Amino acid sequence: MKKFIEESPLGTVAVLLPLWIILYAMLQTIADGIISATGLPQGERLTEAVRFFVFEAPKVLLLLTLVVFAVGIVRTYFSPERTRKMLGGKSLFGGNILASMLGIVTPFCSCSAVPLFIGFVETGIPLGVTFSFLIAAPMINEVAVVLLFGLFGWETALLYVVTGLIIAITAGYIIGRLNVERFVEDWVYQIHANTAMLEETNPSLRDRIQSGYDAVKDIVGRVWPYLLAGIAVGAGIHGYVPENFMASLMGKSAWWSVPVAVLIGVPLYSNAAGIIPIVHALLEKGASLGTTLAFMMSVIGLSLPETIILRKVLKMPLIFIFVGVVAVGIIIVGYVFNFVF
Amino acid sequence: MKVRILGTGCSKCKALEQKIRLLDSTHHLNLDIEKVTDLREIMNYGILATPGLVIDGVVKSAGSVPNDEKLLTWLKGIQQ
Repeated sequence: MKKFIEESPLGTVAVLLPLWIILYAMLQTIADGIISATGLPQGERLTEAVRFFVFEAPKVLLLLTLVVFAVGIVRTYFSPERTRKMLGGKSLFGGNILASMLGIVTPFCSCSAVPLFIGFVETGIPLGVTFSFLIAAPMINEVAVVLLFGLFGWETALLYVVTGLIIAITAGYIIGRLNVERFVEDWVYQIHANTAMLEETNPSLRDRIQSGYDAVKDIVGRVWPYLLAGIAVGAGIHGYVPENFMASLMGKSAWWSVPVAVLIGVPLYSNAAGIIPIVHALLEKGASLGTTLAFMMSVIGLSLPETIILRKVLKMPLIFIFVGVVAVGIIIVGYVFNFVF
Repeated sequence: MKVRILGTGCSKCKALEQKIRLLDSTHHLNLDIEKVTDLREIMNYGILATPGLVIDGVVKSAGSVPNDEKLLTWLKGIQQ
């Protein structure tokens, strides 16, 4: 497989893509086949849970593979260096919008949050604009969007992306307006790096497609266990938890559910792959969309490890401002959706 | 040849270091390999993502683990 990809990346796409389409079209048939092969009785709880799993798990894995591959290729057109260049000299509000959108497509790993932060600040990109990037990049990622699309439908996926963008833009803007420069660790301002060190490269189409495969190997290879575990728990809830069970806990009538969901979600560290299938099952059992969305965003967008990493460059007050502003933004979004839908 | 791997401990940083050490031993390149973990020192190279790969003072890549083919041309190319 690896040999084929290296020798002819495009040829491999030409073979694998039709295979993907056939497999995807046959998902229901295959799932039904497996269910009847196991001889599980119709309409039983266990049967429903297993049916849910054998249909949803391969579906989401297939979707994830395709999208991660495509995003892997798209990302070769965006580098952190290029993004920094584009953000240079931008004003506060316009810069926040651009930074949030670039946060979605620029390759980013929270382990690189510190170098990126310093590199941005050093070239004079305003703090607020930098924060917009740092909020959008982890929150709106391809894994979250694929799962939302696969399990909830395109409307919810779009809703998540748009509200995520709004939070990243406004939170960054507010932080920018608070004049928090003094809460950045002093050593950050003392670094004078040679910013033109990395040689600009223009990858060939072959290299770009290879990057797509690499992304699949890296991301799908990393998240599939969480995904299967998440869908398994989701399947269990789907089959066994009674209807409306969540209504009193995470329903619209429980006004306190949104802030509580965010308070639980912020320190909770999970990736989108593990949490979304579970949240999906909760929604089915009577949790409201706003509360669900708020919980998801706080788990995925704000994570303890990333905050700890950022502590190297931010003093404590700014850490609290950062987490506080984003958390409040997420709570507002939660209430708005509970109110509207 | 001086090879510096810049990274604070992310999984890709470890992967890059392992790869370079493996290439070094299998191709008998006799590289002077050092892992740089100090943030300030890393930032002096101006990279925006880790791992960074610096060969003889020149930043060759940042934020990715280049494939063997590419690494070998860099590691051998300068030696010639």
